[in-house]
Amino acid sequence: MSTKLRRTKISVAGDITTYLLLALYAGIMALPLFYAIIQSLKPYNELFLFPPRFFTKNPTLMNFRKLFDLTSTSWVPFSRYVFNTIANTLIGTVIHIISAAMCAYPLAKNKFPGKSLIFNLVVWSLLFTGGVTEIPVYLVMSHLGIVDTYFAYWLPEIAATMGIFLLKQSMAEVPDAMVEAARIDGAGEWKILWTIVMPSVKPAWLTLAIFSFQRNWNATAASYIYTETLKTLPTALSQITAAGSVARAGEAYAASVLMMIPPIVFFIFAQSSTVKTMAHAGIKG
Amino acid sequence: MATSSAKQRELDLLKKKKLTFSEKMQMTWQQVRENKINYFMMLPFLVFFTLFTLIPIGASVVLSFTRYDILNSPEFVGWDNYLRMFMEDSVFLLALKNTLQFAVITGPVGYLLCFVFAWFINDLPPLARAFFTVVFYAPTLANIYFIFQYIFSSDMYGLLNSVLMNIGILDEPNAWLTDPEYMLNIVIIVQLWCSLGTGFLSFVAGLQNLDPSLAEAGAIDGVRNRFQELFYIILPQMGGMLMFGAVMQIASAFAVGGISAALLGSPSVDYAGHTLVLHISDFGHTRFELGYASAIAVVLFALMIVTKAVINKLLARFSHD
Repeated sequence: MSTKLRRTKISVAGDITTYLLLALYAGIMALPLFYAIIQSLKPYNELFLFPPRFFTKNPTLMNFRKLFDLTSTSWVPFSRYVFNTIANTLIGTVIHIISAAMCAYPLAKNKFPGKSLIFNLVVWSLLFTGGVTEIPVYLVMSHLGIVDTYFAYWLPEIAATMGIFLLKQSMAEVPDAMVEAARIDGAGEWKILWTIVMPSVKPAWLTLAIFSFQRNWNATAASYIYTETLKTLPTALSQITAAGSVARAGEAYAASVLMMIPPIVFFIFAQSSTVKTMAHAGIKG
Repeated sequence: MATSSAKQRELDLLKKKKLTFSEKMQMTWQQVRENKINYFMMLPFLVFFTLFTLIPIGASVVLSFTRYDILNSPEFVGWDNYLRMFMEDSVFLLALKNTLQFAVITGPVGYLLCFVFAWFINDLPPLARAFFTVVFYAPTLANIYFIFQYIFSSDMYGLLNSVLMNIGILDEPNAWLTDPEYMLNIVIIVQLWCSLGTGFLSFVAGLQNLDPSLAEAGAIDGVRNRFQELFYIILPQMGGMLMFGAVMQIASAFAVGGISAALLGSPSVDYAGHTLVLHISDFGHTRFELGYASAIAVVLFALMIVTKAVINKLLARFSHD
């Protein structure tokens, strides 16, 4: 799709060094993932072998089968947890991207009173950590009447700040000339955002989608959800595997491998669709 | 909107004159009305941001001046919590020292790793680039602490011990996770191992958004090698993403705790792996001293804000606004 432009000549020696470094580093980085998969394939008598063994002699899918057997014993049909997690992940991710885009665009491209205050609050709030806000958040949710409802998963996604920061930084790089041209053609702000600005920051919002998918997929909202039918897959899996502790270690490994698959698949899908955006080539500078 | 620059000039002229307070307010109000659409677009975010973020943070700051055990209502104690931290709580000082030591190393090194690897893979063919991106990001996607338990296991069968003993560096196994001499360094290594996360992905995205015609222009204008291209063509266009990555890096470097707790336990031996976030969770979740926990969170917040201001100055040269 992209035409090859003339580029700065880069040395072959530099290329070789780069590839060697990348391959080495990739090996180190892949190790934990690799090990997680091996662990899930170990039969029970190899899991607690002493001395421990990195590889397995008798790989088996037993752990996965036992995990599926376990899921059929749960009091709430297991599909309910799967449904909750899939629904929350899709809805949460979509809500987050739409809300972040709507907030990031004015901050990146327009001037108005209060703009820098809002942006600074967004950035500063990213730096407030430590989990001490849990109780105040609970109180707010309880006043809104959303404790123990799906809204406890969804509404905080509208307020998630990282997406606004990320999108605002990328949108600032979209040439003003493009936005002005659209205005002269009579496009409103709403239309400019969705038809001009968002397509030219596609790599950024796809990256945001990855972060959001991952966060929502692993979300438990443990402090705000009590009803069993509203709980999510991570909660359910940890309930059934933790209940057996050591006896269900194999199932726990299988569960953690299965939980990794959807975010990784989504990740690969998103990465492969971030083709270089050529839309604003040539206008800049 | 097309007349906005003329209006801006008019406003600038007005600003130079001495204005009374009410005139200023009137002007601001007029600008607010002209920009209705902007506020309207931000409304959903602003409402829930206030509810779920600003109010809770504000409440925590207020609580930091109280004694509050969740059961009884908060009791105002002034600066007591802050004095207690520095005068009476030696574990806090140790946690502060560990956190700083940790952040000073993992912050800049992690940041550089994120950028360098994003830059390395940027020129690869799309398939190879996607492959390396996935592999590098994998530790962040996976739940991986158990492999580090195995690598750093303190018996002679742990991966590191057995390798080092085989090649004759060690005579007997080291207790990596319980010997205070190594503990903090191991957490640092593991954190760096998992460091190609948010910052890395945002740099990958930022590099893909660069204007390719500028690289072409650079090649014509005599940019000779990839380092010159980096400094003259790429970095000047990356200002916004560099700042984003820096803030995320500050947040993760100062908020270290999860890895330490997973590997060393919390509390760790001699508090050698204790950090501010673990100290906050110790007081907030275990001892139910929420006022004191909030005060520590405020100090941690202040540390990060100061660091961010310094980084802002350093990155200013790459930034547009």
